[in-house]
Amino acid sequence: MSAARDEVTIRHPTGLHARPAVKFTKLAKTYPAAIRLRGSGEAAWVDAKSIVKVMALKLRTGTTLELEAEGDGADEAVAALRGLVERNFDEDG
Amino acid sequence: MAEQRYSGRPASPGLVIGPLHVLATRSAATRARAGDAAAEHARLDGALGRARDDLAALMATAGTEGEEILAFQVELLDDPALVEHARAAIDAGEPAAAAWSAALDEQIEGYVAADDEYFRARAADLDDLKTRVVDLLEGRWPDELPTVEGTILAGRDLSPSGFIAAERARLGGIALAEGSAQSHVAMLARARGLPMVVDLGAVPTGADEAILDAEHGMLVTAPDPTTRDAFAVRRRARAQTEERAVALLGSPATLPNGERVACLLNVDDPQSIEPALLDAADGVGLWRTEFLFLHRAQLPDEGEQYAAYTALLDRLTGRPVAIRTLDVGGDKPLAGVSLPSESNPFLGLRGLRLCLDRPELFRPQVRALLRAAPGRSLKVMLPMVSRASELAEARAFFDACLEELRGEGVEAAMPPLGMMVETPASAVAIDTFDADFFSIGSNDLVQYTMAASRDAGGRVAALADPLDPAVLRLIERVVAHGRATGLEVSLCGDMAAVPGCAERLLALGLRRLSVGPAALARLKLAVHDHAG
Repeated sequence: MSAARDEVTIRHPTGLHARPAVKFTKLAKTYPAAIRLRGSGEAAWVDAKSIVKVMALKLRTGTTLELEAEGDGADEAVAALRGLVERNFDEDG
Repeated sequence: MAEQRYSGRPASPGLVIGPLHVLATRSAATRARAGDAAAEHARLDGALGRARDDLAALMATAGTEGEEILAFQVELLDDPALVEHARAAIDAGEPAAAAWSAALDEQIEGYVAADDEYFRARAADLDDLKTRVVDLLEGRWPDELPTVEGTILAGRDLSPSGFIAAERARLGGIALAEGSAQSHVAMLARARGLPMVVDLGAVPTGADEAILDAEHGMLVTAPDPTTRDAFAVRRRARAQTEERAVALLGSPATLPNGERVACLLNVDDPQSIEPALLDAADGVGLWRTEFLFLHRAQLPDEGEQYAAYTALLDRLTGRPVAIRTLDVGGDKPLAGVSLPSESNPFLGLRGLRLCLDRPELFRPQVRALLRAAPGRSLKVMLPMVSRASELAEARAFFDACLEELRGEGVEAAMPPLGMMVETPASAVAIDTFDADFFSIGSNDLVQYTMAASRDAGGRVAALADPLDPAVLRLIERVVAHGRATGLEVSLCGDMAAVPGCAERLLALGLRRLSVGPAALARLKLAVHDHAG
């Protein structure tokens, strides 16, 4: 079992909103590891594979996101999700 | 069947005649529980599976924007976190449809309560998904959809997936009794150039043909022969106008007497403007900087603002860019800035009033502007000025910031400092203001002069008339002051983009007009054809 942890700041102008969130959860679901996230300074973690939970965080631009994964492919999962956020979800905005 | 007229608001421009297809109004039927919990779970599974298939089929024909909207709904359907609430309710004795509705309503509530409009707008997507699954559970067939190309689709409101499904038949237009110009459906309609009118007040009945006039926000059902003829004339004229306007876009605008008229752009987010339009404009007559500030967790700092300002200035290489300082009030929340709750924010602490009241908000913007000025064709204009002392106070603030920057050894310069003329007070006493240039903000000037909001609808909106003699006399006064002093006067606002209004402004002597990107070609045509 491996575990990984990282953080990344959201730069997309509208934050982690519907379109970026769909890309995020879809990517998370491609990894067998359990992945969770939270906004920096928040207490509660949520499942990174649940669009309902991720959207409920209402993470805006400028927020730092903490990522944690446990299980098969934990390192790859965290790196991939971090990359997606850093690349502004592959959108121009 | 006699001709009938419904009046609403344009959400996407255009003018079209076609067969009318009216969507049935849904009834909120609830159905008794069909069986035990296991049977209800199975029914829910069936409906969710079918909804997923239907959405996937819709996505295949939806186009990029539509596909992204539907992808969010599919992702929600696949999320156990959503379904488990419905499952729990079924176990507690609820029928599947009620359980699903309640689970979605709980989510929708969270979105409706969000203070960010991007999140609020998602409530419509969740509602769309709720209805789809409930309809399947209750055995209601989806609305019968139009099959004839060019059909005008009418109804109370329209969901994004309903729009995408109906668009397969290639609609001619959309006419809604309710709806909003800010909805996803309106966004999709504009992206496809499909005429759309909202807020018609009633769903038309009993007619099978209609004219949709999305220039004036009007639906005419069962048009009589005179109306048809008038429509045909307008439609021909519109098509010819578009063609001629586009042909003129690339060249400088000159009046028939050879006089040049500066045709400028009103800009929000420069990213959203077609590069060809940026190239075709004589400059930017109004850059609203609010887009940098709104919907943010943190306000943009001096560095970010400097980068944004210089990027557009450098893109326009030497053509003037008039940047308006932050123009917000109690109706537009800013991150980390507490604004007084006012019963009428439009007569409250907004625009320059707010900036002078909150130097910590104003200083980074002023410093960024002063730093962007050297070697660039920057002009700065101040919004919502009522009396000369406010302008003097702002000027002193700019001077102090310039001193500060020079003290730090930072390169900076004082750009021309002008003001918006949007309060009747500033227009009446225009000679008392020590501004380097004036820009008439016609939207606010009309509303404040007529004491009538354009958004009010009906009788009130009709009063918000840019061609009212009171408004025209104020504009005339400002133009005369500019002529007497040699100071530049321009006008930025929807007025210059309304057919018929641009001609009046040219006749009043204005030679600098600034319009939204979609209206630039038409403004150049109005200049070209001007008879004065």
